[in-house]
Amino acid sequence: MSEPASVPLLATRALQKRFGERVVLADVTLEVQRGEVLAVVGKSGTGKSVLLKCLAGVLAPDSGAVLFEGLPLSRDDETALSAFRRRCSYLFQGNALLDSLTAWENVALPLEQATLLPKPEIRARVADALRRLELENDARRYPSQLSGGMQKRLALARALVTRPELVLFDEPTAGLDPLRRNAVFTLIAHARREFGFTAVVVTHDLPEALAACDRVAFLDHGRIHFSGTPDDFAATGDPVVSAFRDSAAALARSIAGLRAGGAPEPAEDLG
Amino acid sequence: MLSALGQATLRTIAESGDFARFTARGFASAIGSRRLGRRLVRSVYEQGVRCLPVILIVGLFTGLVLGLQGYHTLRDFGAASMLGPLVANSLVRELAPVLAALMLVGQAGSALVAELGIQRNSEQIDALETMGIDPHGFLVAPRLLAALIVYPIMTAFFALVGLVGGWLSGSVLLPLPSSLYWSSVDASIDLGDVGQSMVKALVFGALTVALCCHNGFNAHRRSGSTGARAVSASTTRAVVFSSVAVLAADYLITSLLV
Repeated sequence: MSEPASVPLLATRALQKRFGERVVLADVTLEVQRGEVLAVVGKSGTGKSVLLKCLAGVLAPDSGAVLFEGLPLSRDDETALSAFRRRCSYLFQGNALLDSLTAWENVALPLEQATLLPKPEIRARVADALRRLELENDARRYPSQLSGGMQKRLALARALVTRPELVLFDEPTAGLDPLRRNAVFTLIAHARREFGFTAVVVTHDLPEALAACDRVAFLDHGRIHFSGTPDDFAATGDPVVSAFRDSAAALARSIAGLRAGGAPEPAEDLG
Repeated sequence: MLSALGQATLRTIAESGDFARFTARGFASAIGSRRLGRRLVRSVYEQGVRCLPVILIVGLFTGLVLGLQGYHTLRDFGAASMLGPLVANSLVRELAPVLAALMLVGQAGSALVAELGIQRNSEQIDALETMGIDPHGFLVAPRLLAALIVYPIMTAFFALVGLVGGWLSGSVLLPLPSSLYWSSVDASIDLGDVGQSMVKALVFGALTVALCCHNGFNAHRRSGSTGARAVSASTTRAVVFSSVAVLAADYLITSLLV
């Protein structure tokens, strides 16, 4: 809060990451301002999740830097990384719930292990998080006893229970039905208003993401091909962005065609 | 050929260093790890209580066979009365710590590798890191500490049940007087033997559980395979390495303490 407004909360500089011969992130330079929600979109396999893991310090980039409040983060600097992680949450695409812990224990885990909050406060926060995500009746169940959608909501509860300043969402709505998808984006919006967090959302749900985010970054071939407001994204004539953007509409039309018994239009893979 | 040998040597040295660092970090991270007691109790239960039946069964049959073979061999030399010392020394100094460790590796160790490997594959370990929780303190430390508690206790159980097995063979199924068997057992075992057995149990426990944790924890980057195959390969590798390590460490400790 005290640093100048010009310093982004989170930024990357010429980030590169390869796995063997395959270059996943070629040169990613990105800035996330405090309080904004940035949606990172792009086709499958373009490195969106890898980018998010580099931002969270789960993966070490081969070169380039991740900056938090202008200071570089490194897996070798555990003090800085720990301080960053106390202020950041990560929602994994596969949820990454600890399967030996109950729903309650999963949500309580970051508070019990990484904060000095008193037990009554932890209990109150966990109960509140579970209630908000309609999981209060499933608190004693294990992740394996929950449906995919419920697991996603549980992971969301765990990500938000610490009231982080920065939340990294990796496909927060994957595997959810349309109603739940809307509910999750609504919840993110509510939580953002309440706690004022900054968010980076990797998603394939273009309409919901455009409605919920302040800025869109389009990742293509390991680089940020486009960055702008949702309106700019909707209006741009860039052929690569247009092809991706219009593929969502084509997909919707093809599904409608199938429903009507007509021939579906080919839709580009949205993954 | 020379190049391959050199590369393999360098890789082994690097992996040994990585393993030593992993083990040291596992123990060190116990300091300051929150709610360690609860996880320690769970690890003691998984490594100890769950493995107790197999330890008792293997210990009993080991003692039975020792009693049977020992009695007939000693009788040929007119020394059947020495069955007690034979069974007791074999069990306490060697067989109890070694076989208990091998049984614990087979049951608890393999389960431990698989559990950590699955947690690695499903990003649960990454999730701990992103929550600011040290995975070494959360997952590795309680298991290492539990091994230091469980292995000596299981070794003692193994030895006690083995002695009973030897008595069943020698004095119940064969004609050696019970009083002679137990009095000679009592006379042949001193605190030094028990101490040697406990030292072995502690070393085997720390070594094998650290090997199992290391393989499970690094299932994603050690086995040259991915997913379920990586877990399977890591489990096999951990069990084989642990078994060999137990026998090699047994020789080293015995040569130092005898």
